[in-house]
Amino acid sequence: MTEFFQQVVSGLALGSIYAALALALVLIHRATGVINFAQGEMAMFTTYIAWTLTTNHGWNDWLAYAATLALAFIGGVGIQRIVIRPVERASILTIVIVTIGLVLVFNGAAAWIWTAEVQFFPSPFPNETVSIGDVAISVIDLGTIAVVSVLVVLLWAFFRFTKIGLALRASALNPDASRLVGVRVGWMLAIGWGLAAMLGAVAGILTAPTTTLDPTMMQAILIYAFAAAVLGGIDSPLGAVVGGLLLGVGLNLIGNYVDFVGADLRLPVALLIILVVLLVRPAGLFGKQVLGRV
Amino acid sequence: MSRLGLRPRDAVGVGLFALATVVVLFLPRFISDFRAQQFAYVGIYFIALIGLNVLTGYTGQISLGHGAFMAIGGYTTAILISNQGLEIGGHVFAGDLRDIWTLPIAGLVAGLAGFLFGFPALRLTGLYLALATFAVAVATPAVMRKFESFTGGGAGINLFESPRLTGVSTTDPITFETTEGVDILGFHIPTFNEWLYYLSWTVALALFAVAWLILRGRVGRTLRAIRDSEVAAASAGINLARYKTLAFGISAFYAGVAGALLGIATTFVNPDVFAVTLSIFLLVGVVVGGLGSLWPLVAGAIFIHFMQIEWAQNADSAIPDWLPVLGDVNTNVPGAPSVAFGVILILVMLALPGGAAGLVRRLTALVRR
Repeated sequence: MTEFFQQVVSGLALGSIYAALALALVLIHRATGVINFAQGEMAMFTTYIAWTLTTNHGWNDWLAYAATLALAFIGGVGIQRIVIRPVERASILTIVIVTIGLVLVFNGAAAWIWTAEVQFFPSPFPNETVSIGDVAISVIDLGTIAVVSVLVVLLWAFFRFTKIGLALRASALNPDASRLVGVRVGWMLAIGWGLAAMLGAVAGILTAPTTTLDPTMMQAILIYAFAAAVLGGIDSPLGAVVGGLLLGVGLNLIGNYVDFVGADLRLPVALLIILVVLLVRPAGLFGKQVLGRV
Repeated sequence: MSRLGLRPRDAVGVGLFALATVVVLFLPRFISDFRAQQFAYVGIYFIALIGLNVLTGYTGQISLGHGAFMAIGGYTTAILISNQGLEIGGHVFAGDLRDIWTLPIAGLVAGLAGFLFGFPALRLTGLYLALATFAVAVATPAVMRKFESFTGGGAGINLFESPRLTGVSTTDPITFETTEGVDILGFHIPTFNEWLYYLSWTVALALFAVAWLILRGRVGRTLRAIRDSEVAAASAGINLARYKTLAFGISAFYAGVAGALLGIATTFVNPDVFAVTLSIFLLVGVVVGGLGSLWPLVAGAIFIHFMQIEWAQNADSAIPDWLPVLGDVNTNVPGAPSVAFGVILILVMLALPGGAAGLVRRLTALVRR
């Protein structure tokens, strides 16, 4: 039973990372109806920035993270304005292909600038455990869960209580009406991309210490985030968080207790979850059914 | 002529096809053996791109996972021609098929897989299909690593030792005489690379002709109708399920044949040959060639093959001076082709959504005006 609880806690830590990235996906999808396939690679790239600031330039950890988040936000806004905006009204296929182009750019740029060699990314949290009864919990896991929890609350408060948050929600809900009352919808979408890039950066910085830092590190995480977003309902922020946590715990337990799956087949399991959810309940746990019109 | 319903302007197409055949036939006389090998790969990518375009360009179903169907084809061929004592349902695969006879089998196995994947895909539209196929592409290498007895795990299956591989150099154990190349129809093809070239381009031209015949008629019109509006197509009495699964099946058949040829050309298959980047490169190739086009896909195939190779060799000078600000720059620049691919992909989508085909259309329109 002790092992079971330990698995649940580390699953929650993994799940909160999936949740952060899934939230980023949901944020963009709600606002523009697009899935950003480059979300994972953007997260990986920003993580490299944090790494190079701390390791190569000797910055203080938290200062480097703050700078990274700021850069991520600016980068996200810039990408939306420069690359996504011109194809805003194009077909889904066009937009998907453009984000795939971004995948290639960021993946290649990371390998280009920092080489594809595996790097070690130190965690800002001490590598210790605290014991609650028999259950030993890693401080890194606790820190991860805490960071994402705070982030989710902040994000919620931002959308709920600030003027910009209101404008963001309005332009996602009804762009035309928002424009009529003076909301600058184009910039709101760009801010959405910036926020999503920040969320991705947090997910990347939290992921890197638990695995290693290399240009492919977020590819699997992105698939898990897809699965989490789909599971929770691709339009629901609450769903993304719940889906992420469910997926993290579920995959951890399956990986540990089902020998056939082990560590190797987690990705195919996530794929299976995506397919089953999309086929059986496309709206996910918390999403709304969307009806098409001719 | 009339039974196939050929129109006068099709005569131009037939003429161009004949011209292309002649060019393909005599090109190896003018290029080096190494180039012949490279053009063999171009032919292989061409086949895969035709397949992907049937699905994405003509039917409007996004696939970011076509590398997975190539993997199915590649592994089918590898299992059939290598002797690794695999036993499925009482039948032992002793690797007693010649490589070229495995091509149709590889295509059919992949095609069946694609046809079956088409059924769940019926319920996935647009974005969701892109998402699901992307997940397929990412998950495929993991599956191949897992089923080791079947696929050789991470090491894959080495085909170079297989005596079933046509045209590779073999050394006689007694006389130490090396023989390479193939004698076919009274012609002697001197090297393995040239044999690869002729093999892949023969298959490519044949499959190109088949695709052209399928797409120019009723089936092609139906697929395009589905692409333009599924609801409108359905209300015009088109059976969406039948045609979408058909498109998936055809598309995967092409990918399977291409995958089989890729396995033969590289003389091994492993999860890295069919990594997620392959699926993405295929999409790049289709976009560069032109969505919903056929022969301009050659441009896409040339692009994705030569960009990978040439760029990796000549990129030392391509590093901008301002980049070192961000960290230590490695001069081997492993990521450079990927960046170039990405930038070109985005630029094409922004400036020239029709790809090479669209460019040609614009230029001919200019000339005719």
